[in-house]
Amino acid sequence: MRKIAIYGKGGIGKSTTTQNTVAGLVEMGKNIFVVGCDPKADSTRLLLGGLVQKTVLDTLREEGEDVELDDVVKPGYGGVRCVESGGPEPGVGCAGRGIITSINLLEQLGAWDEEYKTDYTFYDVLGDVVCGGFAMPIRDGKAEEIYIVVSGEMMAMYAANNICKGIQKYAQSGTVRLGGLICNSRKVDNEKEMIEELAKQLGTKMIHFVPRDNMVQQAEIHRKTVIEFAPEHAQAGEYRTLAQSIDANDNFVIPTPLEIEDLEKLLIDFGIAN
Amino acid sequence: MSINNSKSKMPDPSVLKEEILKKYPGKIAKKRSKGFLVNDPTTVPEIQANVRTIPGIITQRGCTYAGCKGVVLGPTRDVVNIVHGPIGCSFYAWLTRRNQTSPPTENDPNFIPYALSTDMQDENIVFGGEAKLKTAIQEAFDEFNPRSIAIFSTCPVGLIGDDVHAVAREMKEKLGINIFGFSCEGYRGVSQSAGHHIANNKIFSNVIGIDDVTEPKGKFKMNMLGEYNIGGDAFVLENYFEEMGIDLVASFSGNSTIESYEYSHKVDLNIVMCHRSINYIAEMMEKKYGIPWFKVNFIGAKATAKSLLKMAEYYEDAAMIKATKALIDREMAKVQAVIDEVRPKLEGKTAMMFVGGSRAHHYQELFTELGMETIAAGYEFAHRDDYEGRKVIPSIKIDADTRNIEDLKVEKEEASFRSELQDKKAKLEGAKFDFEDYEGMMPEMKKGALVIDDISHWESEKLIEKYRPDIFCAGIKEKYVVQKHGIPLKQLHSYDYGGPYAGFEGAINFYREMERMLTTDIWKMIDAPWKNEPEMVGSMVME
Repeated sequence: MRKIAIYGKGGIGKSTTTQNTVAGLVEMGKNIFVVGCDPKADSTRLLLGGLVQKTVLDTLREEGEDVELDDVVKPGYGGVRCVESGGPEPGVGCAGRGIITSINLLEQLGAWDEEYKTDYTFYDVLGDVVCGGFAMPIRDGKAEEIYIVVSGEMMAMYAANNICKGIQKYAQSGTVRLGGLICNSRKVDNEKEMIEELAKQLGTKMIHFVPRDNMVQQAEIHRKTVIEFAPEHAQAGEYRTLAQSIDANDNFVIPTPLEIEDLEKLLIDFGIAN
Repeated sequence: MSINNSKSKMPDPSVLKEEILKKYPGKIAKKRSKGFLVNDPTTVPEIQANVRTIPGIITQRGCTYAGCKGVVLGPTRDVVNIVHGPIGCSFYAWLTRRNQTSPPTENDPNFIPYALSTDMQDENIVFGGEAKLKTAIQEAFDEFNPRSIAIFSTCPVGLIGDDVHAVAREMKEKLGINIFGFSCEGYRGVSQSAGHHIANNKIFSNVIGIDDVTEPKGKFKMNMLGEYNIGGDAFVLENYFEEMGIDLVASFSGNSTIESYEYSHKVDLNIVMCHRSINYIAEMMEKKYGIPWFKVNFIGAKATAKSLLKMAEYYEDAAMIKATKALIDREMAKVQAVIDEVRPKLEGKTAMMFVGGSRAHHYQELFTELGMETIAAGYEFAHRDDYEGRKVIPSIKIDADTRNIEDLKVEKEEASFRSELQDKKAKLEGAKFDFEDYEGMMPEMKKGALVIDDISHWESEKLIEKYRPDIFCAGIKEKYVVQKHGIPLKQLHSYDYGGPYAGFEGAINFYREMERMLTTDIWKMIDAPWKNEPEMVGSMVME
């Protein structure tokens, strides 16, 4: 089984990219388990057709110790098993601790038992690595491959670099490695070349450049992945290519994060400052 | 006389210091060196105190929560203390300090025997614990109908950002009783001292002076600050005050009520026993209400006599002075009889004390009365002024850890300010009568004695090995380690189930306790017989 976590700056398109990639892998016949690690619980919306699903933490709160796996795992598009970890309302409690509790519970309930023949587990994680709880998927070998969704915008690159620092920290003591960058285009000048260069400096590669296309928004409004909503559309093809690239990827590295000056220099060299 | 130049076999303290510190990595040795001094009472060198403990050295210190809940408000009987956090913090702070209390009748409230906790679970950490805290307050209110409820924050509360003050305000409004919270998360300061300060601030801003109607009875009204009635110390002192004609209005906080704090601003004098834990309230009360304060010490017969007489002289009442002198004469006669009996057995013996923020100083009086010498002493959580005297306060460096604790801005309250007491203070001060005074521990210790702040286990074990003191005074965490070296340890936090040790009666108890502990041979038998000689002798036999 391959264990993948998707990180990236808030709003960069992690959940959309993850779900479309998962849809691509499903078409390739893979068994997939998606664990949403965002308190907003919107990581599996497109796979479940908008179904509002009860989160692990809500279930735990209401049912107490008496939780069954079926209470929290819902089948979605193409048989993908979907879980939302959930969490507190904004400004209350500790969402990071919630993710730790949630993943531990899933393990205790046997969510990864042999019988499921899981080929891929995807963790879709909130924003930047903000505290220990959000780093949970990259600790203790829970996720072994990290893909960072990034664009040519400075703050997205800055966040990607920060996430690499987190990976570097846990890579020393564990099995986690960086699998690559996924560029989710914002139509910034020289974006592809710049992200390729950023990937190179981080010691990895840009695994795919996903062009910006309005079809993604249309599919989202219909609560579907592009692959399900418009299977013949060119954008569906992009996600299929991304899925294939991930499936074929064998380039896993401990990243070498950039100094902030180097990151800024990159932006200047590729013409953002002009 | 210096202790290292006589016939005694004491090691040279400077050499010993160097030897002990040599074991540490360079940077740590440098830091510890500033808190590890060879005393000179005439010059009083500057000591490093109230700075962060070095991780890994095994400290004696406790946490901020312990200082706030355990020390300052724990002994007050009519307030319901709710600990907001996981259960351990509440359970392990439950009655462990042996604070005694005595409600006047069976019907008077006494919540000290209870341990109340919100018992936070994983779910409360993830989703926030405010709702559970509100429920706990409501339950405590329904069950006990208390006059007041206090909330103590443990570490996770600060991490997840539960707003205990907002909950307190909301529930105060709803229930109509005084409810207040403390942001005393364990990690907030370098030691329990931060918790004392936080407790002082909140009691001052939310309790003291809220009852302006009640007029406490009596002609000579006084508060006693920093006496926690461990082993019944306060009971002994209360008897003396009564005999002198002093009306004790409130005691912070041994054998006390929160009710009495509410009108405690209507006294003529505050006396301060433990300077470290409570000087903040004394200062704020003087600033706001004009009530003078001075330091007292009731540990040691002579110190008790001196303190009682100073109190009587403050009131300038001939009858009181006469009664006090009679009390002192009567009690000192009893004390002297015991000293005469016990002192010959203990004279010349040595003591070490590493405890508290005032006890390591106060208890030296008792040893001196027995002819014993304190060869090394230090505090767990004191500041420089407790070592060197209050005169150094303006030169104490305010670091980030200190800034982390609110410093209340207190202003004079014109309507209730006692300017006549300030006039009295000015008049007495002219006659060599000290107020706001604390000389600290170091000026009263001998030249060459070691003064060590926040001592580590390594350091204390080396001291024991080199000096072999006759008694070591500390707390439960140190007790058995020290006793395994064959040295008796007297706990000066909990008194080892003993006490009272305050006042004349307490002094006698302490002399007897030292006689019991120091004249036994048991400590020479600490090694198992087979350690040096085998019990059985055997040899290998070929089959």
